Amino acid sequence: MNRWMTDPILRVEHLSMRFGGLIAVNDVSFSVGRGDITALIGPNGAGKTTLFNCITGFYKPTQGRLAFAREGRADEREVRALTRTGKRHARLASGDIYMLERMPDFEIAAKARVARTFQNIRLFAGMTALENLVVAQHNALMHASGWSILGLLSVPSWRRAETAAIEMARAWLARIGLEHRADDPAGALPYGDQRRLEIARAMCTGPALLCLDEPAAGLNPRESGELASLLRLIRDEHVTSILIIEHDMSVVMKISDHVVVLDYGALISDGTPDYVRNDPNVIAAYLGVSDAAEAEQVVAEIARESHK
Amino acid sequence: MDVAAAKRPTRVQTALREASFAGLIAALLSFPILALRVEADMNNRLVLEERWPLVGVATLSIFVARFLSSILDDWRARALAIAGALSNLFAIGLMIFPDRPQIGLALWFGASGSTLMAAGLYFEREGRAAPERPIAAPQVAKTSRTSGLINLVGIVALGFVIAYPLVLLAWLGPQGSLKWINNYGVQILIYVMLGWGLNIVVGLAGLLDLGYVAFYAVGAYAYALLATTFGLSFWICLPLAGILAAFWGILLGFPVLRLRGDYLALVTLAFGEIVTIVLTNWVDLTNGEAGISSIPRVSFFGLPFTAADDGFAATFGIAFSPIHRTIFLFYLILVLALITNVVTIRLRRLPIGRAWEALREDEIACRSLGVNTTNTKLTAFALGAMFGGLAGAFFAVRQGFINPNSFTFMESATILAIVVLGGMGSQIGVALAAVAMVGGTEILRELDFLKVLFGNDFDPNQYRMLIFGLAMVVMMVWKPRGLISTREPSIFLKERRGVAGSLVKEGHG
Ligand SMILES: Nc1ncnc2c1ncn2[C@@H]1O[C@H](COP(=O)(O)OP(=O)(O)OP(=O)(O)O)[C@@H](O)[C@H]1O
Ligand SMILES: [Mg+2]
Repeated sequence: MNRWMTDPILRVEHLSMRFGGLIAVNDVSFSVGRGDITALIGPNGAGKTTLFNCITGFYKPTQGRLAFAREGRADEREVRALTRTGKRHARLASGDIYMLERMPDFEIAAKARVARTFQNIRLFAGMTALENLVVAQHNALMHASGWSILGLLSVPSWRRAETAAIEMARAWLARIGLEHRADDPAGALPYGDQRRLEIARAMCTGPALLCLDEPAAGLNPRESGELASLLRLIRDEHVTSILIIEHDMSVVMKISDHVVVLDYGALISDGTPDYVRNDPNVIAAYLGVSDAAEAEQVVAEIARESHK
Repeated sequence: MDVAAAKRPTRVQTALREASFAGLIAALLSFPILALRVEADMNNRLVLEERWPLVGVATLSIFVARFLSSILDDWRARALAIAGALSNLFAIGLMIFPDRPQIGLALWFGASGSTLMAAGLYFEREGRAAPERPIAAPQVAKTSRTSGLINLVGIVALGFVIAYPLVLLAWLGPQGSLKWINNYGVQILIYVMLGWGLNIVVGLAGLLDLGYVAFYAVGAYAYALLATTFGLSFWICLPLAGILAAFWGILLGFPVLRLRGDYLALVTLAFGEIVTIVLTNWVDLTNGEAGISSIPRVSFFGLPFTAADDGFAATFGIAFSPIHRTIFLFYLILVLALITNVVTIRLRRLPIGRAWEALREDEIACRSLGVNTTNTKLTAFALGAMFGGLAGAFFAVRQGFINPNSFTFMESATILAIVVLGGMGSQIGVALAAVAMVGGTEILRELDFLKVLFGNDFDPNQYRMLIFGLAMVVMMVWKPRGLISTREPSIFLKERRGVAGSLVKEGHG
């Protein structure tokens, strides 16, 4: 049995997102396994980023349920009961369950602990790399600073918390190889460094699920190799599951445990990397042909061409 | 800790030893110079005057100065603390000389000395609390040349401002100095405070607020009405005015902060206008255009600045002069402005301040990190409003009379221009801009000498705004990001390096 079936951290159920007449995400259902690296792939305009925006609360989905079990195993019956109550969150015997579609974006990050990066990097360009990582710890630090009162008085407990926050930031900078650039503005870093810094910033929020929108876009082969090992390190050393949108198939096949494929807003394939790679539906989508039979024909033609 | 370290004398012991040695030398040197003096008395006879207290003061001064300089790490702390200690001792000196009771001067030196020492200790604590030490122990934290220079400018400017009214008073006398202390000193400081208050909203949080004067008005009317209706004293009304203004800030903020950019600017502009219109038309409460007069004037902690027997002058045994009130107002607004400054600087290093700046940089990224942007904006708005309200209460107590004409859009525009000209977010930049803007327009009033050039019909006052506008245009071409555009990072690991202005965002509402 696959982990995404036995122990899902997130269940996307019948999710749809409509912009006027355009259906960007059309009745999509899949699960994200706890501790897995799940890849979300699909041609341009397939609705991947839109799906991310729904999960992280930046869009309110038109329809569908996003049941997020931060800890423990969400029992199907309990999830159904919570859905009926209309509440956002329930602390159940089987663990915490969040209904992400009902929560505003910042609460999804702060309470459900879903962190994300953006397709177009969104660092705080005028702040230093270190500051970027400290801002990510905002809620914990806000609490430690007694909503600024204890902080203004410079109480020792606050100073300890601040030191710990800086230490965490420094550790992440060291992990992404940017410790020497801690005091440089994030906007002045090279592109590849900014990508990794954005991931480190998301990790500083202490997420249970990390959503990465095309983190390897624009990276050279060496940098995308570094990225792959960073992601594996995050999965192995932290209790963080990863959902990643990626176009680079070599990266996807190398690191992911589970691949989900979208095309024109609909889910067309869902399974292990091996399964998806050989799924005629996927090949059809990527070759731009209309159905699987035609795709097989095209693939066969290509094979014949290359044998000549 | 090894054993050798335990046996070594502590820092305090070392400092005490060094200080005693320096004090001894000071005593030995001052004995022949200071202890005895020959003076001719009324009958032209020579008498020997013994001045032992002076020797004591000199010795003590050197002792304290040496002690402070060896116990304090931070050079700024050392400089300030020593200056402060010397000033305090000078104050003691002035008090213990029986022949010339100079209480006022002594009080001033005492107060400014204490302020300096407090400032010094603040730097020292700041230096010790700086979190880079436990982590990056091997690297010595150093400030960059520019930020060090900016700090130095700040300290020198502060010293200058503290001395300003007294130097003028000594130089020009009570009559001559009144204009300079009032029109230049107090007036500029009000705008420095308003600029620093608005800087929280516009410079740090990046929210364009075109109606800041509304909160200034709320503060002024709060004091005026509370004092004239309920007879509350200024010191009670001051915090109340701040709280009321903050309350109005939150009230306005709730509906308005959903808007961004131009929309936010427009709504705040409208809010400023609404407040002025309400103040003009709600005649029952505010007395409309006629305004509120005979607002109780400021007193020296209960001693009124009058020629009466229980007045300030009589109590301290000095001749009455209206300049005393002006000087007191000067220091009052200076303290209020400095409070604004210190609170802002400290908040910038706390999570809330960092969240403000992050909000200015990228609001969506903030939300993806779990920052409640509505609350964060509201705190910036409320805090900015509170400082505006405090400045308003000061304005009312200074003028003794207020009406809605003091709270027009021109005021909002001036304050915003100060913030933008200063370089959004920079505290010292805003202060410099206030000096340039307010002091500059005042200076232009003094251009009478131009009559020599252009004939007697020439009235420089009419060209004041023209010249001023030209200067602003030149300024914006020369330094489009304001006087000080470099951003100081709020924390650093190894080295504090300014962030070039071109990287820093201006906010989008
Ligand atoms: N806010 C919006 N309003 C209207 N249409 C939108 C909006 N956001 C996305 N869309 C549309 O939804 C569709 C899916 O877009 P989306 O950005 O999710 O694709 P994607 O899979 O991330 O593509 P890419 O690989 O290019 O990033 C596109 O046709 C896009 O134009
Ligand atoms: Mg996309």
